[in-house]
Amino acid sequence: MVGLVLISHSLTLAREVAELTRALAPVPAPVAPVGGNPDGGYGTDPDRVREAVRAVDRGDGVVLLADLGSSVLTAKLLVEELGDPSVVLADAPLVEGAVAASVMAGAGAPLAEVVAAAEQARAGKL
Amino acid sequence: MDTRFFAAWLEECARVVHEQRDYLTRLDAAIGDADHGTNLDRGFTGIRQALAEHTPPTPGALLALAGTTLVRKVGGASGPLYGSALRQMGKALGDAETIGLAELADALETALQAVRRLGGAEVGDKTMVDALSPACAALRLAVAEGIKPQEALSRAADAADQGAKDTISMQARKGRASYLGPRSIGHQDPGATSTALILAALRDVAVAWAES
Ligand SMILES: Nc1ncnc2c1ncn2[C@@H]1O[C@H](COP(=O)(O)OP(=O)(O)O)[C@@H](O)[C@H]1O
Ligand SMILES: [Mg+2]
Repeated sequence: MVGLVLISHSLTLAREVAELTRALAPVPAPVAPVGGNPDGGYGTDPDRVREAVRAVDRGDGVVLLADLGSSVLTAKLLVEELGDPSVVLADAPLVEGAVAASVMAGAGAPLAEVVAAAEQARAGKL
Repeated sequence: MDTRFFAAWLEECARVVHEQRDYLTRLDAAIGDADHGTNLDRGFTGIRQALAEHTPPTPGALLALAGTTLVRKVGGASGPLYGSALRQMGKALGDAETIGLAELADALETALQAVRRLGGAEVGDKTMVDALSPACAALRLAVAEGIKPQEALSRAADAADQGAKDTISMQARKGRASYLGPRSIGHQDPGATSTALILAALRDVAVAWAES
C-alpha cells in the first residue's frame, strides 16, 4: 500500500488531517503527520519529514503532501536528495489531497494513481 | 582562501545573525510571520556547534556541512534555500584546499542557481534572490577586472545591500509576503536583508584576512 506523509507548519493540524483521512477512507492508508520547526514552533523539521517517509514506506511508494512555504521547500529538497522515483511530492492542497490520496491508497491503487488523485483534488469544488 | 577563512566567515555570520536577530524578525513581522531572525539564529548556532565538534578538512566540505546544518535547523523557508545554496557552493568548490576569487565567484553563482531552482523566484520577486543576484554580478565583474579579493568582496557586499534596499519598492511574488499582494510594498524583505548581512560578513572576514 502507498504511504502518505502530511507536512504542515503545525503538528496539531497535520495530526488532525491524518485523523480525518483515517475516518473518511473505507480502508485507511499508512499516514504519518509531521509539523513544527525543530524548536516546536510553526515551521518544518526536515529530520522528522525524513523519518516519516521511512515510517510509512511499505515498499509501494510514498506520497508527500505539504501546506505552505517551508513545508513545500523542505519536501521538494528531500525528494530531490532521495532521488527515489517511488517518493513523490504531490502538487495538491493538504486536506483535500490527503483525503483523496488516502482513499486511493487504501483501495490498493499504485503510486501514480494516488498522486493523480491528490492532484485532481484541487479543482472543481464549485 | 582556505578552510580557516571559510570557518571564520561562518563564525562571523553566526555572530552577526545573532546580533541582528531581532531586526530580522521585525522585518519578517511586517510582511511575514516574525521568525526570520529566530530561524537563522537557530541555524547558525547549529553550524557553530557542528564545527566545534568537527571541522571538515576543505572549504568545500565545510560549506557542505554548514548547508546541511541550515537545512536541518532553520525550520523556515530560508532553511532549505540557504542550506542548498551553501551545499551547492561546497560542491562547486570540490576538494581544493585553497580557493581563489574566481572560484569563489563561480561558487556564489552556483548558490544563486540553487536558490532560484528550489524556490522558483526571479529577480524582482522581493526575496533573497534580489540581494544575491546583484552580488554575484558585482563579484563576477570584479573578477574580470582583476581586482583584489577584499575590494571585490566589498563591491559584492555593497551590491547585496543595495539589492536588499531595492526590495522596499517591490511587490512580493514568492514566499509568505506574497499573500499581502500590493500591501507588501514599502517593506524591506527579511531574506534579502540577511543575504546582505552574510555578504557583509564575507567582506569583513576578507578585509581582516588581508590585514593579517
Ligand atoms: N520561494 C522563495 N524563493 C526565494 N526566497 C524565498 C522564497 N520564499 C521565501 N523566501 C525568502 O525567505 C525569507 C523568509 O524566511 P523565513 O522567515 O526564515 O521563512 P518562512 O517564510 O518560512 O517563515 C523571505 O524574506 C524571502 O527572502
Ligand atoms: Mg518567516
